[in-house]
Amino acid sequence: MSIVLDVQDIKTYFHTEYGLVKAADGISFQVNQGEIIGIVGESGCGKSVSILSVMQLIQTPGEIVDGKVMFDGQDLLRYTANGAEMRAIRGSKMTMIFQEPMTSLNPVLTICRQVTESLELHLDMDRQAARERSIELLKGVGVPDAERRVDDYPHQFSGGMRQRVMIAMALSCNPRIIFADEPTTAVDVTTQAQLLELMKDLVTRQNTSLVIVTHNLGVVARYAQRIYVMYAGRIIESGLSDDIFNHPRHPYTVGLLNSVPRLGERHGTRKLIPIYGLPPNLINMPPTCAFLARCTEKVEKCSKEPWPALRAVGDQHYISCYVDIKGK
Amino acid sequence: MADNLEPTPQPADAIGAAVAPPRRSEWRRFARVFFGRKLYLIGFIIVVIIILTAIFAPLIAPYDPLVTDLYATKQGPSSEHWLGTDQIGRDVLSRIIYGTQISLIIGFSAVFASAIVGMLLGLVAAHFGGWVFAVIMRIMDALMALPGIILVLLIAGLAGGGIGVVIFALGFGAIPGQCRMMCGLALSVKQNDYVLAGRAMGMSNWRIMLTQIFPNAFPPLMVGITMGIGGVVLGEAGLSFLGIGVMPPTPSWGGMVNDGQRYLLQNPLLSIAPGIAIMLLVFGFNMVGDGIRDAVDPKLRGVL
Amino acid sequence: MTAYIIRRVIIGIIVLLLVTMLVFLLVRLLPGDPLMVYMGQFSVGGSGTTRITPEEYQFLYHQYGLDRSLPVQYIDWLGKIFHGDLGKSVTVGQDIGELIAERMPRTAYIGLITFVIGAVGGTFVGIICALRRGSWMDNTLTTLANIGMTIPVFWLGILLMYLLSYKLGWLPTHGWTHPLDNFGKHISQIIMPVLAMAVGSIAGLARLVRSCMLEVMRADYVRTAWAKGLQERVIVVRHQIKNAMIPVVTALGGAIGMILGGSVFIETVFGIPGMGRLMTTAIFDYDYQIVQAGVLLFGAIIIFSNLIVDIAWGWLDPRIRLA
Repeated sequence: MSIVLDVQDIKTYFHTEYGLVKAADGISFQVNQGEIIGIVGESGCGKSVSILSVMQLIQTPGEIVDGKVMFDGQDLLRYTANGAEMRAIRGSKMTMIFQEPMTSLNPVLTICRQVTESLELHLDMDRQAARERSIELLKGVGVPDAERRVDDYPHQFSGGMRQRVMIAMALSCNPRIIFADEPTTAVDVTTQAQLLELMKDLVTRQNTSLVIVTHNLGVVARYAQRIYVMYAGRIIESGLSDDIFNHPRHPYTVGLLNSVPRLGERHGTRKLIPIYGLPPNLINMPPTCAFLARCTEKVEKCSKEPWPALRAVGDQHYISCYVDIKGK
Repeated sequence: MADNLEPTPQPADAIGAAVAPPRRSEWRRFARVFFGRKLYLIGFIIVVIIILTAIFAPLIAPYDPLVTDLYATKQGPSSEHWLGTDQIGRDVLSRIIYGTQISLIIGFSAVFASAIVGMLLGLVAAHFGGWVFAVIMRIMDALMALPGIILVLLIAGLAGGGIGVVIFALGFGAIPGQCRMMCGLALSVKQNDYVLAGRAMGMSNWRIMLTQIFPNAFPPLMVGITMGIGGVVLGEAGLSFLGIGVMPPTPSWGGMVNDGQRYLLQNPLLSIAPGIAIMLLVFGFNMVGDGIRDAVDPKLRGVL
Repeated sequence: MTAYIIRRVIIGIIVLLLVTMLVFLLVRLLPGDPLMVYMGQFSVGGSGTTRITPEEYQFLYHQYGLDRSLPVQYIDWLGKIFHGDLGKSVTVGQDIGELIAERMPRTAYIGLITFVIGAVGGTFVGIICALRRGSWMDNTLTTLANIGMTIPVFWLGILLMYLLSYKLGWLPTHGWTHPLDNFGKHISQIIMPVLAMAVGSIAGLARLVRSCMLEVMRADYVRTAWAKGLQERVIVVRHQIKNAMIPVVTALGGAIGMILGGSVFIETVFGIPGMGRLMTTAIFDYDYQIVQAGVLLFGAIIIFSNLIVDIAWGWLDPRIRLA
């Protein structure tokens, strides 16, 4: 299995009027060929910023201050954000599905135009060929009556259908990696499942890698092979899906799993334990662990030493914590 | 699939980071945004100076604005008359200083009158909806269809000049703008969850309107009122320029521009100086309005 | 789309009727003798421009139907207007319809040139500022636009006249020549009026276009477009401008009203015998039927341009067109 994407120590800061926000503070992750990985965390933990940084879609006042994005043997961060090299990769080899299907499609352009523009740009198709290909793509993602609906506008589609269009657009140029930023958050539960199955089928068939960014543990549990857990701009635990879910080692991950109900669990067999407190404000963060204030496992060292780096606690299992919870 | 860490979908925010503002009083934040940009600060200073000038006009003005001196007509700038004198020897600077009073009185009264009437109509339209909304909005469309100055011209022309008529005419012309704004605001506030919550708790319609819609619509309204003053002052200047506004010999900037037009070669300042006064006032109020908008409307914050 | 246009046309007609009602009521209900509206200024047995006896007054009052109820008078008046009978000017003694036919084309001509310059200039400046936001060019142009919005059109006219005519002697101070009679002279006479009126439109539109563009630039679908790897130029042209133009089109409708209003001043300053000048002189001559007709005409033009705006909206925005 070869590594498709190797993100090393990305730091993306936002210069806001309240001060410097370290939205992503040293994020590293790897994605293998054909693999589905999950990045989980509460909202505002910097998970979206991390993947937007990889694609260099960060807008002012945000700035990628440091890091490397190794893709196909090249460091993408050495290219200017909107230069020709970056544009050739974005939308063809590396694509993205956004969260809001309602606003992520241009309201004044037909679906056809929005799907064909990538095809024309990256695959040099002419109008007619691109149109036929988009109809095929729409059929592939399960848009009924695609020949006719291809000329409709986004507002004539339901939320789930729009997200199918987004998936079709993301797949159109046979990318090597797809980022899905909360792809199912804005659609209802039955549609969520359909969309996820669809994405899984499609990427498996094309041997494309998929990075799902979500706050929904159920999504990653079911689909991701490896999981990165983020908190306050950093990755605090990573490992194989099974390890994270069944043998979590970081107090935050443990707390997270204890606070949500699991499907198929009998009533009353396990008491849900919420994590008390709120995620920290990302401005003027202390050098110590950001989870300290909410942590139930803290030791004396935690409030004296800086936030520890990730350390291996098992095969492919890493945590950034002085405490190592085993067997819980 | 109920394993959500958070109850509501996260907004599609590009930053995505939870930027909870530090605990600072709302007023200090407002002041920081408002005074943070040079243009707004300049506008604010201009407005303060203009208001002080109007209040202390008798103390500041070197001459009586109405006293004529037929031995010193159409003079250029000099140490006695900084901006020269007009065709019947009145001091231009003093007339401009006193003109501030007229402009502000007319500006404030017309805008407040139109804001009160417009707001009530807007609230009523937004609140009742249906045919009430349709009727009020169509009437406002009709008023909007007449270019402000034309409508005002018609009213002022028919009713004769004078400060009262000018205030009425300009206020009348400004109603549809205020009404539409209030209606739009009330409609959008009405959709908010806290208003729905109020309704769910059994609050009466009028109570919801007064306790929930109005306070939330208030900041944008302040912007509208501040911006409105500039428009009304321009309108007054226009009417007085045409000779159907404030009646001579009361000093009015628009009238002064018109009077000076005939003596451009002798002393161009006669026309140009009062025009600059108009611009300063309108610019000041527009900038203050812009500043308030930026400072109270989080949506526009950060855009620049 | 057809249903949408029909609906807009019907609303336009209703608003136009409301405008006629408004003008009628304003003229009737504001202080002043309604007979004055028909006869011009006079005083009973006094020394006005027309002297009539009380008996004559009663006779005329009845003859003009002023003793009937307001709704009846309104319907009657509306009927006449509908047949193109706008009345006769008391001061010029000419049919008002003919008078307007002679004056309006000049106003429309200058207004149209101003509109085109204002729309193109304002859009251009606004887009440039939005694309280069924060640069010195954006700051300069935005500040200029902020100032431009505050300039009274008549004052700018006078300033231009002082500089370009009196000081530099490049252009004639005032007057109107038909373009076919003497094109060079015609051009030299319309430069200043057009310039004076266009500044306000350019400034106002530039500000609006800039803020609309900035808003659109932050839209999710623009981020999607960036994520596709499109070039900035393509994103601006294909994804941003059309969306940003939706609110701007409304403002373009408003600019027509502003220009018509401005014509009243500009024609006064530069002595152009158009509609604006006709109306201001009519006010001073108490020739109210001209004022009434002029206000109605301007109102109708604006309602018509609003209709065009609505149709343009439908064309730009499929959400409206297909609703």
